[in-house]
Amino acid sequence: MVDCSAPIFAAGLNTALLGGHHAPMPSYVVLIYLAAAILFALSLKWLSTPRTARVGVLAGEIGMAAAIIATLFLPEVRHYQWILVAGLVGVIAAIPVALVVPMTAVPQQIAMFHAFGALAAALVGTAEYYAHGTALGTSTLIAIGFESLLGYLTFTGSIVAAGKLQEILPTAPMSYPFQNFVSIATLGASVIAGALVVLYPANALVFPIFVALCLLFGVLLIMPIGGGDMPTVIALLNSYAGLSASAMGFVINNKLLIIGGALEGSSGFILSMIMCKAMNRSFVNVLFGQVQAGKAQKADDIYGGNIKSVNAEEVAAILDGAIRVVIVPGYGLAVAQAQHATGQLFNLLQERSVDVQFGIHPVAGRMPGHMNVLLAEADIPYDNLKEMDQINPEMENIDVAIVNGANDVVNPDARDNPNSPIAGMPIINVDKAGTVIVIKRSLSPGFAGIPNPLFAARNCLMYFADGKKAMLDIIAELEKL
Amino acid sequence: MDANLESNLFVFALAAFLGYEVVRRVSPQLHTPLMSLTNAISAISVVGAIAVTGVSHNPALVVVLGSIAITAAMINVVGGFLMTDRMLKMFKKRTVKPPAHSPGQHSPQPQEPNRG
Repeated sequence: MVDCSAPIFAAGLNTALLGGHHAPMPSYVVLIYLAAAILFALSLKWLSTPRTARVGVLAGEIGMAAAIIATLFLPEVRHYQWILVAGLVGVIAAIPVALVVPMTAVPQQIAMFHAFGALAAALVGTAEYYAHGTALGTSTLIAIGFESLLGYLTFTGSIVAAGKLQEILPTAPMSYPFQNFVSIATLGASVIAGALVVLYPANALVFPIFVALCLLFGVLLIMPIGGGDMPTVIALLNSYAGLSASAMGFVINNKLLIIGGALEGSSGFILSMIMCKAMNRSFVNVLFGQVQAGKAQKADDIYGGNIKSVNAEEVAAILDGAIRVVIVPGYGLAVAQAQHATGQLFNLLQERSVDVQFGIHPVAGRMPGHMNVLLAEADIPYDNLKEMDQINPEMENIDVAIVNGANDVVNPDARDNPNSPIAGMPIINVDKAGTVIVIKRSLSPGFAGIPNPLFAARNCLMYFADGKKAMLDIIAELEKL
Repeated sequence: MDANLESNLFVFALAAFLGYEVVRRVSPQLHTPLMSLTNAISAISVVGAIAVTGVSHNPALVVVLGSIAITAAMINVVGGFLMTDRMLKMFKKRTVKPPAHSPGQHSPQPQEPNRG
């Protein structure tokens, strides 16, 4: 063993001394990295269904552990004290957070993980620049530029997104004069500063300015975006975080990093495409679009005299006679923390021989798939969680549709009225069910800021209440029957 | 174009394509765990942070930046995998028997007593 590793070790040291910023890797490390890359791909493959998903996590964990241990045995890694201390701090900080964070807070937690991942990538790029500076080739400097731009903007952008999701920062869309001009000018300045770093790597002033501009751009990009667009934003930041890790692979010439980052990059890209499609908007519109309110019909013209209000007792009576029920949960259900009450209602109805399904719109939660996690936490089996495209064809055979905390995603105007601001957005067709019960605090509009003709529909009953209290009251009334 | 950059670009393009094809097949039910898992996987950047930090004759600034990067990436690794598993544990198959005599029931009997 010693005989084998000695020459490799010497070669590694030589290149390091000669100023080459990456030593050739011993073949056993290369092979372990290859195995880790395959495990990462399998990990995502196994995630495709709930049945095999946990095996996927295990595969990812094994790949990660093997790669980290192999790296510790790299010949050029010679000082362990900081590595161990820093690694241990990370582990100790992460475990309690990951185990206690409530499921409703998962989106902001994932946003913070994006921030940390992006920060790690950006800092390594920065460290590479300060370690080797002028000795780096042009292509490596360009890669450092991408790594830093994506890493630092994702770092600050994700913190802002987490702040909005946690409601520390204002969730309403913000705008100020020349907002898009300022954002794009900052991006332009960042790119120019990055180009100057590549052209004049010896200049001590340019790199810090570049970093500051990237950090600033992250804030300016995400700050104006409203809470309703966070599912798209968080998916986009997911993609950027992955791409910055991938760029880091180009910088230090490590293919495992390129693969790991590219997997996240394409995953985040797909998710943000799905989110955009589910809202019938483009990336550009989400990032730079202005909120257009007030173009729709006046609320009074639609609602006037057509709103029928019900209470828990009446809802319970309707549910008592139902055979097939669909519950459509929305963002409001998560805000009201009504998922467990919803789970109780689900169990009660099942016991009473009612078929209950959930119709879940892609943007129903605070991030892609969030509603499914919340309902799974409330012990609702995943077979009963249906996608929009699965539930819509069945809607005409449904006796009662209960909408809790959703608004724009069940607005029939999106389907029927080409002049509506949300025209073309795919919706769950609850209006085609026998009876629709909408649980909502008031007639206030959703994120799109427009009235919903569903509320005035012939077959629609409004139950004005908090999402959680309403569910508990319906359960209490049902148990009396 | 230098040989490293060339092979790295090939790897990147193919990995991005692989990611697209694999992720496309992930059930929308699992999109939140998917994001959490891919994020944990991309924290493989911890490997780069270790390699940069552990080299001898490093300037102090590089050691400091590298150590912060290791901490940040390890939070991402450990937190990401733990939280993904915690979420996935909650996804359960149907255990409650659906009502036996309700009309309009199309769901198959979920409990197959003699499976395997």
